[in-house]
Amino acid sequence: MDFNDSPDEAAFRAEVRNWLSANGQRRTRPDEAFGEGLDEAAKLALAKAWQAKKAAAGYAAITWPREAGGMGGTAMQQVIYQQEEAAYLVPQMIFEVSIGMGLPTVMRWAAPELKARFLRPGLAGEEIWCQLFSEPGAGSDTGAVRTRAMRDGDEWVINGQKVWTSSAHFGDFGILLARTDRDKPKQDGLTMFIVDLKAPGVEIRPIHQMSGDSEFNEVFFTDVRIPDQYRLGPEGGGWKVMLSTLMQERLSVGGNLPTDLHRQLIELARICVWDERPAIEDARVRARIADAYLDQQGVSLIISRGLTALSKGKTPGPEMSITKLVAAKAMQEISSFAMELAGPEGLLASEVLGGNWRYLQRLWLGSPGARIAGGTDEVLRNVIAERVLGLPGEIRTDRNVPFRELDRT
Amino acid sequence: MNFDFSDDQRLLQEAVRTMLAENSTSQAVREVLEGRATHSTKVWQNLIHMGAAAAAIPEVYGGAGLGYLELCLVAEEAGRHLAAVPLSSSIYRAAEALLRAGSEAQKRRWLPGITQGEVIATAAFTSTERYRAPSPLNFDGQRLHGTSPILADGAIAQIAVLQVGNDLVVVDLNGQGVRRTALPTIDPTRPLAQIEFSGTPAERLETAEGAAVAARVLDAAAVLLAFEQVGGAARILELARDYSLERKAFGRQIGSFQALKHKMADIFTRIELARVHAYYGAWALSSDAPELPRAAAAARVAATRAFLLAAEEGIELHGGIGFTWEMDCHLYYRRARHLAQLIGSEHAWRARLADELIKEAA
Repeated sequence: MDFNDSPDEAAFRAEVRNWLSANGQRRTRPDEAFGEGLDEAAKLALAKAWQAKKAAAGYAAITWPREAGGMGGTAMQQVIYQQEEAAYLVPQMIFEVSIGMGLPTVMRWAAPELKARFLRPGLAGEEIWCQLFSEPGAGSDTGAVRTRAMRDGDEWVINGQKVWTSSAHFGDFGILLARTDRDKPKQDGLTMFIVDLKAPGVEIRPIHQMSGDSEFNEVFFTDVRIPDQYRLGPEGGGWKVMLSTLMQERLSVGGNLPTDLHRQLIELARICVWDERPAIEDARVRARIADAYLDQQGVSLIISRGLTALSKGKTPGPEMSITKLVAAKAMQEISSFAMELAGPEGLLASEVLGGNWRYLQRLWLGSPGARIAGGTDEVLRNVIAERVLGLPGEIRTDRNVPFRELDRT
Repeated sequence: MNFDFSDDQRLLQEAVRTMLAENSTSQAVREVLEGRATHSTKVWQNLIHMGAAAAAIPEVYGGAGLGYLELCLVAEEAGRHLAAVPLSSSIYRAAEALLRAGSEAQKRRWLPGITQGEVIATAAFTSTERYRAPSPLNFDGQRLHGTSPILADGAIAQIAVLQVGNDLVVVDLNGQGVRRTALPTIDPTRPLAQIEFSGTPAERLETAEGAAVAARVLDAAAVLLAFEQVGGAARILELARDYSLERKAFGRQIGSFQALKHKMADIFTRIELARVHAYYGAWALSSDAPELPRAAAAARVAATRAFLLAAEEGIELHGGIGFTWEMDCHLYYRRARHLAQLIGSEHAWRARLADELIKEAA
């Protein structure tokens, strides 16, 4: 038992370090963000330039086969790259959906000429991909999508609305799950398409989140036309295509939690005063610091165990769902406790308080979203109960019922 | 990254599991629970003969000379099968204290009997948590006076290692001036005794740092007991899961109700967190890492919480039948409580964890 790289892994890590130090820019403080002070357009241009460099070096898609523009590497190498890159100022949440969902779905299901058309520009960041599954009436229940695709000769006509689409406001293409048959049961009447987000009839509106940010969008489709060659997989096979997209996520090793949160609590508790003494001396505070460590170190160790499986060429199992479940809730609890440490002054906005408060308050405002995105706490509990513990699935009243009838109620 | 046990270590675990499944049955545990036996002698003999109990003790003292990682997996199985044996008193604490505090001659004198199973040993260190105030132990360099109020397996042990201030002393419990009183406990499968000494001959172990050695031994015990706790927790969750698939109510398997599914998912989550903290403790213990105090405290708190949760909810998930003497649920409930307080409560260990974290962040 050890936490060391194997000789091969160490060699790869050294290569990555060399490349990053020659090409990247190191973070100077932990919460420094990529492109600080730049406007959206300049930031995007800078991000695309970075992605092009990364793709040219082969690091954009380490696990993809060489013929698709990847490195033909292992999942462990992918993780090593991510670990090393984390110390650098690199774009966040711009190309992840392209590389992790959109393009793998194209690779798996599209005709050769489409792969030739889309994979290289996508990898190089010239085109950005989105995922268009969720709808106002289809969140955890993705099979309930209502967006219609009606055949019209060699084309499909799309009408409907998607929601929670990240990157859409600067995206170029999307993988779209739409209903092509309302007479079949819900999961059997779906088809997957490639959609051009610049096509006429596509309207993108940013969502104003409770945190004040706008990382997601609503995407409206009004008589948007898609050529039939942009269909991914068979008509009516959309559910299966979507599962293959989501399977990609299985290879990732789950939720993450910053590993220095208990240190931030310690730092704050040294400054804050409880009962006329430094809060750090208070047993209640010390207990919460210990609990913060237990959750965050636990998540990090579960990931280490998942990486061990990856390193041995195995796929980590559904038990990795634990990491997101624990991490998101811990984020909420730890950031809340940080605010409580300061008493009524903890109610002031970070502009007034300075220090690390911007980061802590963003964590607090962001954590409700983290508990929902990528599977709610409740969905994850079902995943653990059913796929790990082998308990029965939920009783369903929507199986074998034509979607048309479900949609009526 | 190699944060898991090796295939060879898993093989040993498998062998211990098979042996315990055969011998540490509910019936065997109940022999001790209901007072017909002091401990599961057959299980203890097998653990000794397989080299499992003394896995971490060097061969020169009669041990198997494997390591702590192996012993951790033995502990997990012992916890899983509620083994009613003096593993934690004789091995995790007494043998460990002798190894770390004894002179070469003392180790050669005392350890082989323990590793060969001829001698059952026990140990007690100064507890920071108390209810009654016993007459404190006093050692004049030759003789021991006073009371050791809570000595695990004290009624069956032949020798004990005791902390007296900054000294660790080894005492023959069959020697003169020893008065043992077996105490009824909430988990009779793990008996406790009170021992009064009046001028009992005792021998000081070589170390000049008895308190520090005791703390180190407790760290090791915390990691090993965490494995017992994780093993017990995982087993009672399995029993509850199996029962929930069998039992029907309102026309369905009760395990199909989300109230129960989510409860079991939460228990599983807490067990897995405890498990990886225990693994980290195993790594720190086996590699003698400076992180051991932090890793041991974290394993102790996480595993204590996980086993208590699993045992408490294990009865709840069974419903009325889980409240009967015949079902094994209460054996886990009792053992979870016993392990939670045997070497200091989770509160003491959480405070210790905080001390370590704050020290590190200085």
